[in-house]
Amino acid sequence: MTALRSWEGFLFAVLILIYAVNAWSSPVFLTPGNQINMFQLSVEKIIVALVMTFVIINGEIDLSVASIMGLAACAFGWLVQAEVPGGWAIMIALMIGLACGAFNALFIVGFGIPSLVVTLATMIAFRGFARVLVEDRGINAFPAWFNHLGQKGLIGPVPLAMVVFAVLAVLAYLILQRTAFGRKVYFIGANRAVAEFSGLDVRAVKAKIFIASGVVSALAGILFAARVGAVRGDVAQGFELDIITMVLLGGVSIFGGAGTMSGTILAILIVLALRNGMALQNITGHIQTGVLGILLILSVMVPIIRETGGRLIARVR
Amino acid sequence: MRIPLGTLRILVLLAVFVGTVLFFASQIDGYLNARLFNRISGSVAVIALIAVGQAFVVLTRNIDLSIGSVVGCSAYFTGGILIAYPDLPPILVPLLAMGIGAVFGAFNGFLVARFRLPSIIVTLATLALFRSILVQSSDGSSITTNRLPTWLTEFATLNAFTAGELQFRWIVVISLIVVLTAHVFLTRFRAGRQFFAIGSNPDAAAFAGINAGRTIFLAFVISGALAGLAGFMFLSRFGNITVVAGLGLELKSVGAVVVGGVNIFGGSGNVLGVLIGAALIDLIDTSLVRWELVSAFWREAVLGLLILLAVAADTVLMRRLLRRKPTGGSQ
Repeated sequence: MTALRSWEGFLFAVLILIYAVNAWSSPVFLTPGNQINMFQLSVEKIIVALVMTFVIINGEIDLSVASIMGLAACAFGWLVQAEVPGGWAIMIALMIGLACGAFNALFIVGFGIPSLVVTLATMIAFRGFARVLVEDRGINAFPAWFNHLGQKGLIGPVPLAMVVFAVLAVLAYLILQRTAFGRKVYFIGANRAVAEFSGLDVRAVKAKIFIASGVVSALAGILFAARVGAVRGDVAQGFELDIITMVLLGGVSIFGGAGTMSGTILAILIVLALRNGMALQNITGHIQTGVLGILLILSVMVPIIRETGGRLIARVR
Repeated sequence: MRIPLGTLRILVLLAVFVGTVLFFASQIDGYLNARLFNRISGSVAVIALIAVGQAFVVLTRNIDLSIGSVVGCSAYFTGGILIAYPDLPPILVPLLAMGIGAVFGAFNGFLVARFRLPSIIVTLATLALFRSILVQSSDGSSITTNRLPTWLTEFATLNAFTAGELQFRWIVVISLIVVLTAHVFLTRFRAGRQFFAIGSNPDAAAFAGINAGRTIFLAFVISGALAGLAGFMFLSRFGNITVVAGLGLELKSVGAVVVGGVNIFGGSGNVLGVLIGAALIDLIDTSLVRWELVSAFWREAVLGLLILLAVAADTVLMRRLLRRKPTGGSQ
C-alpha cells in the first residue's frame, strides 16, 4: 500500500492495469512486433519528453519543441536536396537546433521575458522558417543509408531511434537525479529567488536547459525524417501538446520544482500503451487525444481527490 | 504634461499600426484603398472577439488554450441546430452560439476556479477534449453552405452603414460594440476592476473581500461566450464548417493579447490595445501575401518574430520607464 502512495507507484499500477486490459482485449498487443511498433510510432515525441521534464521542473515551458523538430527535419531535407553530404546535413541540422535553443534562451534569460510568451512566438517563427525552406513541396530523396537507419532494425528488430531513446532516458535519469546540476534544476524550479540569493548560476542553468531542448528536438526531428523517409512543412506540427501531456501526467508540477524522470518514463509508457490499445480497437486519433485530455485533467485532480477522500475517512473514524 | 503609461502604450501601438500600413502602402501598388479595409475588417472582427475573451482570462493570471476548439464547436453545433430548425428567429442564433460557447467556458472555469487546477493544464486538456467532442458528434460529416438558411451566409457581408467606399459590416460593428462594452466594463465598473485586482495581487484581493473563484469562473464564461459569438461569425463568413474549424485560433488570440500589451502574468492591460494588437497581426498576415519582395511562405516566420519583438520592446521600455521614477508603482 505504501508504494501506491507515491505518484510513481500509482502510475506503475495504472500501467500494469492498462497492459492487462490491452492484452486481454487484443491478442496482438503483447507480440514483440506490436510492442516495437508502439514505440516506433511515437519515438520522436518521447525523446523530447525527456528534455521537457528538465524544462518544466525548472519552472519554465518550451512550446517551440515541435517547430524545432520540423525546422531541423526540413533543413536536413533542403540540404540533402542541395547535394550536401548526409553526414554534414545532420550536423548542420543539429546546429540549427542549438541555435534555436540559444535564441529562446537569449530572450528568456537575457531579456527576462516569460518562456510561455517567448516559445509561443518562436513556435510560430521556427515553423515559419521550416515553411520558407521547403515551401509547399515534400522532399523525399534521402540517402539509402539514412532511410535504412530510420526504418530497419539496428540491434535485432530494435531500430536506432529506440536505442537513442533508451540511452537518453538513462542519461536524463542520471543527470536529473544523481548530479549537482540536477539538484540545481529542482532548486531553481522550486524557488528561483532563493536560488539566486544562494548564489546559484540560475541564468546559466536555464540557458543550458533551453539549448539542450533545442538540440534534442532537432535530433528527434532528424529521426522523424529518417523514419518517414520524407519531410514537409508541417512535420511534427502539434506534437508539443502530446509531449507536455506526457510530462505532466508523469507528476511533474507545471509550477516547477517537483517531479521525477521515472515518473515521466512511466507516463510515456502509459500514453503509448493507451493509444496503442485504442488503435487496436479501431478508435480514431482525435478520440484518443480526447481521452488523453481527460487523463491529464484527472492526473492533476488526483491530489485533490486523495485529500477529500482522506478527510471523509477521517470523519468516519 | 505626463501621459499615463497605459495611454502611452496605446499610442505607441497605434503609431506602429499606422507605420505598418504606410510601409506596405509604399511597397504594394494600389494598397491603400477601401477594399483593404473591407477585406481586413471582417477577419479582425472575429479575432478581436476571441482576443478580448482571452484578455479577461489572462488578466486574472490564467490562460485559455481551448478557445479555438470552442469556436469550432459553437460554429458546428449552431450550424447543426440551424439545419434542423431553419425557421429559428435570426436574433436568437448568435445568442444560441454564445450560450453554447459559455457552456464550454463554464466547464473550464469550474475546473479552474472550484478545484484550483492550473488553467494551462486544464485548457490544454479541453483543447483536445472539445475537439474530440466535435469529431465524435459530427461523425466526419461537415456543415455546408447550401444547407444553411440564406440569411446567415448573407449576414457576413451585410453592411450596417457605408462611408464612401468604406463598408462597415454588421459583424464589424457588433465586434466593435463588444470591445467598447468590455473596455467600459473593465475600467469603470467595480465588477470589472475585480479582474485586475485578482491578477495583480490575489492575496490583497482576497483581503479586500473579492471572491476570486467567482471572478475567475466568470472570466472563463466570458471567454467561452465571446468564442461562441466568434463561432457564429465564423459560420456566417465561411458557411462550410469541418472538424478543423477554428484550429490554431488560441495562438492568434494569445498573440493579439500579448502584442496588445496585456501582461501575460495578469493584472494589467487594456482591451483597446488588444483590438489594435488583433488588427496589427491580421494586417501583417494578409499584407505579406501581397508583398512581391518576399514569398507568402514568410507569413508565419514574420508573425512569430513580430510577437517576440513587440514583447521584448515592451519589456525593455517598461523596465526603463519604471526605473526612471523610483516612486512609481507597477501600473
